Amino acid sequence: MSVAAMADWRPVPAPAVVMRHDRARGTDLLLLPERVVVLKGAAGAIVGLCDGTRSVGDIVGELADRFPGAPVAGDVPAFLDQLRTEGWLR
Amino acid sequence: MTTAPDRPWALLAELTHACPLHCGYCSNPLELTRRSRELTTQQWAEVMHQAGELGVVHTHLSGGEPLLRRDLAQIVTAAEQAGIYTQLVTSGVGLDRSRLSELTAAGLRSVQLSVQHADPDASDRIGGRRSFADKERAAALVRDAGLPLGLNVVLHRENLDAVDAVVELGLAWGVDRIELANAQFYGWGLLNRAALLPTRDQLTRARDAVERWRERLAPDGPELVWVVPDYFDGEAKPCMGGWGAVSLTVTPDGTALPCPAAASLPDLDPPNVRDHPLSWIWDHSTAFTRYRGTAWMPEPCHSCSHRDQDFGGCRCQSYALTGDPSRTDPACRLSPAHGLIRALTEGDGEASEGTQGRTVAIRRRAPGRAGATGHAGQLP
Ligand code: SF4
Ligand code: SF4
Repeated sequence: MSVAAMADWRPVPAPAVVMRHDRARGTDLLLLPERVVVLKGAAGAIVGLCDGTRSVGDIVGELADRFPGAPVAGDVPAFLDQLRTEGWLR
Repeated sequence: MTTAPDRPWALLAELTHACPLHCGYCSNPLELTRRSRELTTQQWAEVMHQAGELGVVHTHLSGGEPLLRRDLAQIVTAAEQAGIYTQLVTSGVGLDRSRLSELTAAGLRSVQLSVQHADPDASDRIGGRRSFADKERAAALVRDAGLPLGLNVVLHRENLDAVDAVVELGLAWGVDRIELANAQFYGWGLLNRAALLPTRDQLTRARDAVERWRERLAPDGPELVWVVPDYFDGEAKPCMGGWGAVSLTVTPDGTALPCPAAASLPDLDPPNVRDHPLSWIWDHSTAFTRYRGTAWMPEPCHSCSHRDQDFGGCRCQSYALTGDPSRTDPACRLSPAHGLIRALTEGDGEASEGTQGRTVAIRRRAPGRAGATGHAGQLP
């Protein structure tokens, strides 16, 4: 996807996908038919911002505030694009 | 046990053994639970609550035919409230528009529909009842509702040659996933093994067909899952991802089992959710701890480098074929009892006999009821 199109995208979990926190294991999860995806590290915080109202630019901005010094501008759009390729985000 | 075992991810909830179909390979036990012994709505709701606390995040609502539980939507709600992702496993019989919308409103996430064959007459024959048209309707309803839809097909001698047609059916019905599960031989499957066991040629052709479809469908087509025929591979299957390791089963009367077939093990003495909390059952009951990990393993498993991948295979199969559930699964070519399997698959066993005869009768569970098997005159 082009950089401009990526910036306009407002990601949201695909209809079959449920994101939830797993208290028993202290981690965030994506639940799909026949599959559980464990969101390690900051992945849960990133996907948690994908509510269909925030653009990728908004998400990058919020994360940059929350994790100063982290390479969010490059890593986060790439990560979101990867989740879209898997069909987990739209 | 020094450290607590890993938390279970999944619960197979066998809500009822009653079913309008009567497939010759049904995974329900030979002794079906009668309806009057089933857990109540409240008890299932409590099972879901406790399962969620324990770490379960996925449940298959299965049976028999779970739609025969009038309170299915309430059970879905209880699972949803416990944070558990619900997947309905159904024959499709009884799934009309109002029932489906009741279930989706309760939070149902996904549906898996069983089909016995791609050809309507053959499907009806294998299932022992006219049901193909109901399945087709059910598939369309699930699609309309926007729910993910999986097609489940148990493969055996009568339908292995139709794998191409089964995949085409899945494409025509717009499914997201096709599970092609080679029949397992315990319970009803073992009883009917002579009629179900395929030939090695059939399996090779089917496996090649699946490979071709995988290449054609990737990456956007439906996912194709091939559940291996362990009789023919010389390799034990990693049953349930390990005993008491990732999932548990609760049967219609509340019996908790490490695997749905484990009811067949003679001295397992499985606990019941009416008597014990699920967390105790998972952590401490002998039924769940007995074959957990690797310490219980005999040779050759105990010193084998595969033991953490296949966990020594299937306990139920070891018991069914050798009479001792703690032995190495005879499906493994390293098992001292592997000759039992080879005799069946190398041409001089049941498979070839059946192929010549072609008329091995299927022994079926009684249709539409549970508890009728072996209890003639005691219908629920
Ligand atoms: S009879 Fe067939 S449809 Fe019914 S539970 Fe058994 S395998 Fe499933
Ligand atoms: S000997 Fe046991 S652990 Fe080794 S491959 Fe066979 S079944 Fe698996």
